[in-house]
Amino acid sequence: MKQLASPKELEAWRQEILAGVDPERPCLRVCDGTGCRALGSQELLGKLHEALNGDGGENGKVDVVATGCPGVWEQGPLVSVDPQQIAYMRVSPDDAEAIVNETLGTGEVIDKLLYKDPSNGEQIVKEPDLPFSSLQTRRVTALSGQIDPCRIEAYLAHGGYAALARALYDMDPEGIIDEVTRSGLRGRGGAGFPTGVKWKFCRQSQSDEKYIICNADEGDPGAFMDRSLLEANPHSIVEGMIIGARAMGATAGFIYARSEYPLAVEHLNLALAQAREHGLLGENILGSGFNLDIDIRLGAGAFVCGEETALMASIEGRPGEPRPRPPFPAQSGLWGKPTNINNVKSWSSIPLIIANGPEWFAEVGTEKSKGTAIFSMVGKINNTGLVEVPMGITLRELIFDVGGGVPGDKEFKAVQIGGPSGGCIPADHLDAEIDYDSLSKLGAIMGSGGLVVTDEDTCMVDLARYFMNFVQEESCGQCLPCRWGTRVLLDILTRICDGEGEPEDIGRLEELAPMVKVSSLCGLGQTAPNPVLSTLRYFRDEYEAHVIEKRCPAGICRGLITYEIDEEVCTGCMVCARNCPVDAISGEKQEVHHIDTDVCTRCGMCMQVCKFDGIRVY
Amino acid sequence: MIALTIDGKEIEVETGRTLLEAARENGIHIPTLCYHEALKPYGGCRMCVVELETPRGPRVVASCTYPVEDGAVVHTETDQIGQLRKVAAQLLMARAGHTPFIQELAASVGVDSTPYTLPTDSCVLCSRCVRACQEIVGIGAISMANRGSDRVVAPPFSISSADCIECATCVQVCPTDAITLKLITDRNRTVHVWPSEFARGACRLCEYHADEWMDVGAQEQTVHG
Amino acid sequence: MATTGQERIIQPRVSDIRKILDKQSNGASSLLAVLEDIQHQYRFLPRDALIMVSERIPVPLSRVYSVATFYNAFSLKPRGRHCFQVCTGTACHVRGATLVINRLETLLGIETGETSDDLEYTLETVNCLGACALGPIVVTEQGYDGMMTISKVDKLMRRVHSLGSENADAGKPAQVDAAATDTAPPA
Repeated sequence: MKQLASPKELEAWRQEILAGVDPERPCLRVCDGTGCRALGSQELLGKLHEALNGDGGENGKVDVVATGCPGVWEQGPLVSVDPQQIAYMRVSPDDAEAIVNETLGTGEVIDKLLYKDPSNGEQIVKEPDLPFSSLQTRRVTALSGQIDPCRIEAYLAHGGYAALARALYDMDPEGIIDEVTRSGLRGRGGAGFPTGVKWKFCRQSQSDEKYIICNADEGDPGAFMDRSLLEANPHSIVEGMIIGARAMGATAGFIYARSEYPLAVEHLNLALAQAREHGLLGENILGSGFNLDIDIRLGAGAFVCGEETALMASIEGRPGEPRPRPPFPAQSGLWGKPTNINNVKSWSSIPLIIANGPEWFAEVGTEKSKGTAIFSMVGKINNTGLVEVPMGITLRELIFDVGGGVPGDKEFKAVQIGGPSGGCIPADHLDAEIDYDSLSKLGAIMGSGGLVVTDEDTCMVDLARYFMNFVQEESCGQCLPCRWGTRVLLDILTRICDGEGEPEDIGRLEELAPMVKVSSLCGLGQTAPNPVLSTLRYFRDEYEAHVIEKRCPAGICRGLITYEIDEEVCTGCMVCARNCPVDAISGEKQEVHHIDTDVCTRCGMCMQVCKFDGIRVY
Repeated sequence: MIALTIDGKEIEVETGRTLLEAARENGIHIPTLCYHEALKPYGGCRMCVVELETPRGPRVVASCTYPVEDGAVVHTETDQIGQLRKVAAQLLMARAGHTPFIQELAASVGVDSTPYTLPTDSCVLCSRCVRACQEIVGIGAISMANRGSDRVVAPPFSISSADCIECATCVQVCPTDAITLKLITDRNRTVHVWPSEFARGACRLCEYHADEWMDVGAQEQTVHG
Repeated sequence: MATTGQERIIQPRVSDIRKILDKQSNGASSLLAVLEDIQHQYRFLPRDALIMVSERIPVPLSRVYSVATFYNAFSLKPRGRHCFQVCTGTACHVRGATLVINRLETLLGIETGETSDDLEYTLETVNCLGACALGPIVVTEQGYDGMMTISKVDKLMRRVHSLGSENADAGKPAQVDAAATDTAPPA
């Protein structure tokens, strides 16, 4: 075990690690993130080792590296073959032998595992040539999918902890804060407060104890940037936190992570243990005399704990109830001590700023939003996954160029940015540049970076109802507007979706939603009405269709649609009748079936089980 | 001392005061519900919202929790504040419009009916009882349970609490009579009611009843109609 | 709430709870971690365990109760030996998580949030797991199952059922319709 007592020893170890790296040595990088695991990456890894027959691993001829997620999820499990950088997708364990024998053995590329461009059917061989790769600017996520997140050596080989050495030996705390301020980094958790300014406040607070916290309580449903980063490059977050602690004079650090992310927590624990083992965390870090330890605290399933003051209450062992500000956490936070909380992505940006300089960080982005933004793109989009793009990219470029557009020949309708706290942006504004300020002008927020693409088959009222249901369940219930306001908003939206809405309901939403937004105690309540307000702003016609014409234009809302069996198509196979949970379908074998619309609950079961696409929605 | 302006009136108050206290000390009325002089400010009901002038425009804050700042300019009666209080009162009316306290509070901000529907209950979750039990009595026999609109005030497991000392402070601070005290004369017992009814003994602190104290702490609840 | 028959079945052992408490030494701030461990061990939070926690940490029982009822991860009612968690994140929602839930409700004969009387199965929803490209997702003790369709739910159900049960007869799920399998969802 190497206990590093100076930057010199760190560099010496790094050189030793690099000396052992042969760039020509064949290497199989297998994504083993949560997503690919669910698709069988563990079995695939086993089969690859089997096929390599003892040649895999450090002592063999081929390296096999289990990496975190490089971002392209829909296509997993992913295998990349180095040094050629061949990218294989949707690899099954059965393909292991072919990869070893053909690609590694004879250098042959396996066509069926290559990415095929949906627009022109063209096959792409190399990883950097993939459209979603070439259009990205990968900085914070540069090492995701490249390195083994469970080995500190892999992080060191890519320059890891050099920024920490610089921060400890070549910079004073003010100097660090100055560089972070000049980089223009704004809080990546959503609100976009300048990180350097926040650090300065905490630095200025006098106290015997001070805390720093990494907010890894990514609760936005449909966002997984933080999980991905924690899994793929945990050391970058640890390094960022130690630098921040040095800058602010913090005495202890906490990572508040979701318990729903077991793999991320496992990797974090490993990273902390390795850093401690090598003298990068704990007492006398790198021989500098600076002490800091970092603890992981697990959330227990409460979205509101993403809010700073609720998160601190939770660490203190209380229900996650936010408290009014002032006092701000920088003055009185965890256990009443000055505390600084930053998001996962903010922390992992810090080593990059300190290592490359604030000018480098700020060279991409817009005037007021510097650097890159990481989005998770889900919903009706071809390239579901995680992307890192420069601030200021347009929505059109992001969704259609990087994301590959909407699947099938469906029409794009809107994009919901910022999850339950954000808003939707319709097609008319696709050329808007993405940064903190322009999004908030359009009624959305940058949020944590969750981006849900909707098409013509998405009902915007239903989407608003979905998010309102989410915040209603997640409201802590402490303040009246959020506790009952969101409940009433949800009841009204549910009524509208059930076909029982009245024209006056639109006015009720318009009167209640702004009150919840302005009067609520914390950020959860203050942003909860955004999905309703923005869908009302851009898709009022859909609301009117629901309450006046009693029609759901997208054919989604159960109370406003009817299911029918297409007589031309039905073969009388009886599968739908057998599977209907409410016995609403009748008909003899090999005769056309019928749905009793009075009994039917429009659950969609028949539609999913029909082998002949014979269910129609009106 | 801190100098600030509330509704155009220049006033001076001690450091550490809240906007609400500053206003009240100077004869400016701000409606409140969860606020209680004997308890720490809570900021839950949002009836006491006021507008604070900032360089970026007016900011709405809860006056019961917001500390006074030198040079602050505060407005307690603007159109926006009126609207916010009106909607809050409408929500309260939907919850507990049958209670005289809520009717009066709503009337004071010009509300006598509500367009909204909520499950009816006398308890408005102002948390006065919970805070009184914790802060004044020092017991914490009751707490908030669940979250969001499912939130209720309850003793642990919603059964009679062994920690309760039958002091009835919760009854005293409850604005809507959601917690009441009944004397059952034949057995000389008090019964507290929050959503359910709990058989209790006489006050353990009270000398007068001391000789009549009976241990009934662990009795099963009876559900109140 | 009166003690139900289900709660009586599981009595926490004092020594087990003591062991969990001994692992955590941070006083009141370790409350969540302690409850997480107890939940993990018993699949719910037995009342007696919470009383022990309150006495040992020590914190008022009312605070233990408020924490136990605040967070989604905790349950005051016993949960089944096999737990099905359906992710209801945005991506899973737009891809038909509701259908998956409906199917599981039919197969298990319980509503979401409920546990079967024999304590074999629990069905619940879970907030976004961050595995959005795989939606809809169901989590069981065997890990994540992604891109669920009705036929895949049926297969998963058979797999979980074949793991055996504590009381085999009572725990049988409703019959699965074999004809419904291997059908793709509508595009």
